[in-house]
Amino acid sequence: MPGVEGFMYPNEIELQWSVLIVLYPFLTGLVAGAFILASLERVFRVQAVKPTYRLALLTALAFLLVAPLPLQLHLGHPERSYEMYLTPHKTSAMAMFGFVYLWYLMAVLVLEIWLDYRRDIVVLSQSTTGWKRWIYKVMTLGSSNISEHALEIDDRVGWLVTLIGIPSAFLLHGYVGFIFGSVKANPWWSSPLMPVVFIFSAMVSGIAAVMLLYMLMRWSRGETIDMRCVDTVASYLFYIFIIDFSLEMLDLIHRIYESDESFRSLDFMVHTKLYVSHIVVQILLGTVVPIALLGLTQVLRLGEIARKRIYALAGCLTLVGIFAMRWNVVIGGQLFSKSFLGYTTYKMGLVTREGLLMAIVLTVLPLVILWVLVKLLPPWPEKNSGSLPDAAPAN
Amino acid sequence: MSITRRHMLLLLPAAAVAWKHVLAGSPEASPNYKISEHWWSMLIDLTKCIGCGNCVRACQTENEVPDGYFRTWVERYHVTDYDIENPHVDSPDGGKKGFPPTKEEGGKNFFVPKLCNHCADSPCTQVCPVGATFISPDGVVLVDKKYCLGCRYCVQACPYGCRFINPGTMTAEKCTLCYHRITKGLTTACCEACPTGARQLADLKNPNDPIHEFLKTHSVQVLKPYMATHAKVFYNGLDGSVR
Repeated sequence: MPGVEGFMYPNEIELQWSVLIVLYPFLTGLVAGAFILASLERVFRVQAVKPTYRLALLTALAFLLVAPLPLQLHLGHPERSYEMYLTPHKTSAMAMFGFVYLWYLMAVLVLEIWLDYRRDIVVLSQSTTGWKRWIYKVMTLGSSNISEHALEIDDRVGWLVTLIGIPSAFLLHGYVGFIFGSVKANPWWSSPLMPVVFIFSAMVSGIAAVMLLYMLMRWSRGETIDMRCVDTVASYLFYIFIIDFSLEMLDLIHRIYESDESFRSLDFMVHTKLYVSHIVVQILLGTVVPIALLGLTQVLRLGEIARKRIYALAGCLTLVGIFAMRWNVVIGGQLFSKSFLGYTTYKMGLVTREGLLMAIVLTVLPLVILWVLVKLLPPWPEKNSGSLPDAAPAN
Repeated sequence: MSITRRHMLLLLPAAAVAWKHVLAGSPEASPNYKISEHWWSMLIDLTKCIGCGNCVRACQTENEVPDGYFRTWVERYHVTDYDIENPHVDSPDGGKKGFPPTKEEGGKNFFVPKLCNHCADSPCTQVCPVGATFISPDGVVLVDKKYCLGCRYCVQACPYGCRFINPGTMTAEKCTLCYHRITKGLTTACCEACPTGARQLADLKNPNDPIHEFLKTHSVQVLKPYMATHAKVFYNGLDGSVR
């Protein structure tokens, strides 16, 4: 049979989870990582990263809004997906998706963004005209009180929401890791380390994405990049990346040393079908090189331009590497037979429901949403107006 | 306590959800069949299997299994004396048309029919997000086609490769032990078509079922016992090289 080497159980030849399921943990990882970066400023009072705070929240929201789409498109019966809310199966990890997602979206992210932007929204609802005014009016949710006392309460509640948000972000992505890590039938996935690796890789990708977006946006708006902020973000990226890489290597060394019955099959797969995506792209280009580049900025005194270029390159490579990691987990876990006697091939469609084009659209869509969000809720004071106009305090 | 309109508004969605729970996952009803009196399993005597593929063809006809997918299939193993951990296995078209003559020399050859193991602790039912796949009270793992989302998590969770997504219904599908037949007192299509009696439907709750005598007097094994799924398809003469 074309694309099959050795023996596969006959129902295994076709892959069940496509590139869209690769995108799902990639997108939720960016959400969790971006939120954790935001929480550094809010909860841990790391003032240096403050310029990225609002951008990180908006990035998390933009990606979170798109995260369920690849899942919906992948389902055989998307019209039945609401059943997960009505009759969730208590023993299923996947059944919790809807609840974890809604909790994170509504109870954490939207609430925190609204509380943080409330003053701005109220001011904009008074200073803008036309349809924008109406949008802001709706976004105030009828609350126009921006007295000092009210804003202080917003701040306290926002802090509490962020505090709840940190374990929620861990839950959101650790849970995605658990979906894979708890499949005992699949030795490539089945590992208690999987949720932990997913959380750390999520932080790495989210921080890299916000760092890149911050630099890109400031540059495109002709504004100066706050190097103290970017240096701090990059140093966090570096340290978390080292933890992430150590965990992944621990998993690898453990597998090699134990060499259980699946090892020969998995080892062969890594050296053949997954060689480029796993060894070259994920480990070398996507992990070792960015860690080395970020390490250089920690030990050498480099100029501002050199640091910017290194951060941009390391950030891009990091995102490619984390995407490759998701690819290798999801696709790699389906290329070998559970008989450990053969291998199949993933044939990605181009213009199909689960094809390459759809994957590209779903990757670009969060960036379009982010663009709209940034226009609607500017993360920094607008250049032309200098700052938001003052509003008349509410009675 | 009088029930107000507000109470009704609160109660109705809860009742709807509860009713959905009741409706979800009830097996096909059959008159005169007492579900609690059975615990179905299957016995496969590998020493009798000749690899004719009758069982695969019977299953595909009986259950309208689409081409290229299998509720049951037959594997042919070739195991050499010096490398029993690395058998050579083939199953052309699931063994539906039998097997071409083997080119392998030396060692031993044998056939292994496979089907859903109807595990008592089945990983597939554990992971289903909506409970569309379930273990019926008589021990058969079934899928409710009208309820399945087609998320494919159960296909990933089955250690034996017994599930697939039916391209017509876009829902999970697998061996039902011919539930529509066994609840009417018939045996499964594969057992009926087997010319050597290698496959035997067995009811572990029936004290007169010959399986009890067979299990007492033979060394039987299940596939992948280390998966702890409590598989209920028992194999007589199962070689250690079988995966």
